[in-house]
Amino acid sequence: MAGIVGYGAFIPRNRITSEEIARQWGKDPAAIQRGLLLKEKSVPGLDEDTITISVAAGRAALDRAGIDPSRVGALYIGSESHPYAVKPSGTVVIEALGIGPSVHVADFEFACKAGTEAMFVALGLVESGRVEYAMGIGADTSQGAPNDALEFSASAGGAAYLFGKADLLADVKATYSYTTDTPDFWRREGEFYPRHGGRFTGEPAYFKHVTAATRGILERTGLKPTDFRYAVFHMPNGKFPLAVGQALGFTKKQLETGWLVQTMGNTYSGSSPTGLAAILDEAAAGDLILITSFGSGAGSDSFVIEATPALAERRGRAPTVRSMLDGPRRYLTYGQYAKYREKIIVNE
Amino acid sequence: MREVAIVAAGMTKFGELWGSSLRDLFVEAASEALTMARADHVDAIVVGNMSAGQFVGQEHLGPLLADHLGMAGTPAMRVESACASGGAALHVGFLEVASGACDLVLAAGVEKMNDGGDVTAVLATAADQETECYHGITFPGLYAMIARAHMAAHGTTLEDLSAVAVKNHRHGALNPKAQFRRTVTLEEVMASSMVADPLRLLHCSPVSDGAAAVLLCPLDQAKRYTDRPVKIRASALGTAPMALADRKDPAFLDAVQLSAERAYKSAGIGPADLHVVEVHDCFTIAEICCIEALGLVGPGKGRDAARSGLTALGGKVPVNTSGGLKSKGHPVGATGIAQVIEIFEQLRGEAGARQVKDAHIGLAQNMGGSGASSVVHILERV
Repeated sequence: MAGIVGYGAFIPRNRITSEEIARQWGKDPAAIQRGLLLKEKSVPGLDEDTITISVAAGRAALDRAGIDPSRVGALYIGSESHPYAVKPSGTVVIEALGIGPSVHVADFEFACKAGTEAMFVALGLVESGRVEYAMGIGADTSQGAPNDALEFSASAGGAAYLFGKADLLADVKATYSYTTDTPDFWRREGEFYPRHGGRFTGEPAYFKHVTAATRGILERTGLKPTDFRYAVFHMPNGKFPLAVGQALGFTKKQLETGWLVQTMGNTYSGSSPTGLAAILDEAAAGDLILITSFGSGAGSDSFVIEATPALAERRGRAPTVRSMLDGPRRYLTYGQYAKYREKIIVNE
Repeated sequence: MREVAIVAAGMTKFGELWGSSLRDLFVEAASEALTMARADHVDAIVVGNMSAGQFVGQEHLGPLLADHLGMAGTPAMRVESACASGGAALHVGFLEVASGACDLVLAAGVEKMNDGGDVTAVLATAADQETECYHGITFPGLYAMIARAHMAAHGTTLEDLSAVAVKNHRHGALNPKAQFRRTVTLEEVMASSMVADPLRLLHCSPVSDGAAAVLLCPLDQAKRYTDRPVKIRASALGTAPMALADRKDPAFLDAVQLSAERAYKSAGIGPADLHVVEVHDCFTIAEICCIEALGLVGPGKGRDAARSGLTALGGKVPVNTSGGLKSKGHPVGATGIAQVIEIFEQLRGEAGARQVKDAHIGLAQNMGGSGASSVVHILERV
């Protein structure tokens, strides 16, 4: 039996409000808050990127696991904002965390699903016995084009999961993946910002895949929505995860703990993994948790997870998600935001 | 000229139909009409379509759609008059039957707008490229100027524009094929996102996919296909200067008036004889202008009609019982046929919760561009 032996998350301290972005582009902030249910989002600092977020989240995961980092046999990072097009993020992260060099490392990309993809592969290697411990990370400093709807959501953050076979914080009971060729959102080589198919990203993409993956794992496990204490769905905006959750038969109470998007934004590969981390920050032994990610292109990974008694004992070893979301924040003007996101063209 | 009847109709649901391509939509609507009439062949197919070439990169729709309907070999062509393409296709089908050239014609309309195209830019090709579009204007902008002109000339208010949306959504909520089957409040309309001042989001019809089809035959052959044919009393077109700036009054739709006058004359009736009417409310201001140009109300008097209940279900002359373009949806090439189908169903007593009691005579008005072309059909129960 394999499961989560450590987890951690990281959300940068900088924030920009929907109101500030709307003001910049002459949009109606009330319409954005009503339509997308987004109040503010995290923004990476000039010295923060997918690697630094992964290191912070990974360190918290190791702290909660309390294991020697050299026992980690594989580390995977899912992101669509790896700082280098060619050169892995994972190599920097293992050095910083004291993992390796006897370790298998890879960077994954599958739009917003890359985080759960890294978790899926790490879990599988541990289950098979090929490695003792494996870490899967989802982290992003997401790109959204100025004056695009995505600019209100694309944010920064991530979560790391360390999988093992002993001293579990949470047991992974089942996984299920659902993937089709559905080009709803993409960024070509060399392009700075992603493009998307507008409303095509809704019904035929997000809703179809999240629904199919969730129904698939429920069918496979024989579980019903009412069997779960918590559920988290990928959060591209505030509305979609609540709508899909309620359509699948989950209540607002089951969804609210993992629903971080209103003040965190969409951390892309880090979105549902960070939601899961917020749930693990408060779940009790025996609680069943459902997570379903979504990545454009398109696919969803679902996991059924059960918290163990060790969770309550060890979660205090690292900061909670809420402490980073609700703790000290720095609010940026659009001008500062444009500078931090390197949207201003300057001479070298 | 022979008398012409509509004997069957078929229509897809309107909306964002991601799972259906242009040909799927056409085949669904056309098959429904053919099944209803138990017909396995037609003498000709006329398809109204505004811009498949730009929306989905597909021209030459006549043979394509005939083939996918299993009718390769049948004479088939596409007719275009921007958003009035559906009405224009019906007009051509009407003439084919009336003239004696054909005994059974499939007149259809189809548009697949949700396929990645820049819809606003494609629709703008229905305005004058040289004198309007080059200056950056789009259709919401053109109709916003019509609204401003109407406000200045007749004291029309934002509430008046909004009351049309409230009425049409109330009707559309009763239509199983409508894109937006829900009511909206005056407050919601007035607080919706600004599109082109004074027009807000809920003053505008949506981007839609859909198809609609009817079967036409000589009235004296109609009983072969149905017990309840509906006669086409008139089919008339009108045009006006393409550019808004070239019209003598931007708040009055001359093409609509011309097409209506010709239709009334041909049918030997007047606006007071109508029991149910569908008009081209691509923006709510358009409904106000259309009911004036059709003579349902006096010039400049359109502003009160929705709010007073005159044009609501249960009113003196219900307008857009289908929900109109606003609530039912506006797959541009399909709209003219879909409007006629609403009147067809009303006159046959098949409109369900939207039924206008004792409706005998109805009118459908379909418009292209900012009102540069208009098609009017008058239908009667026989």
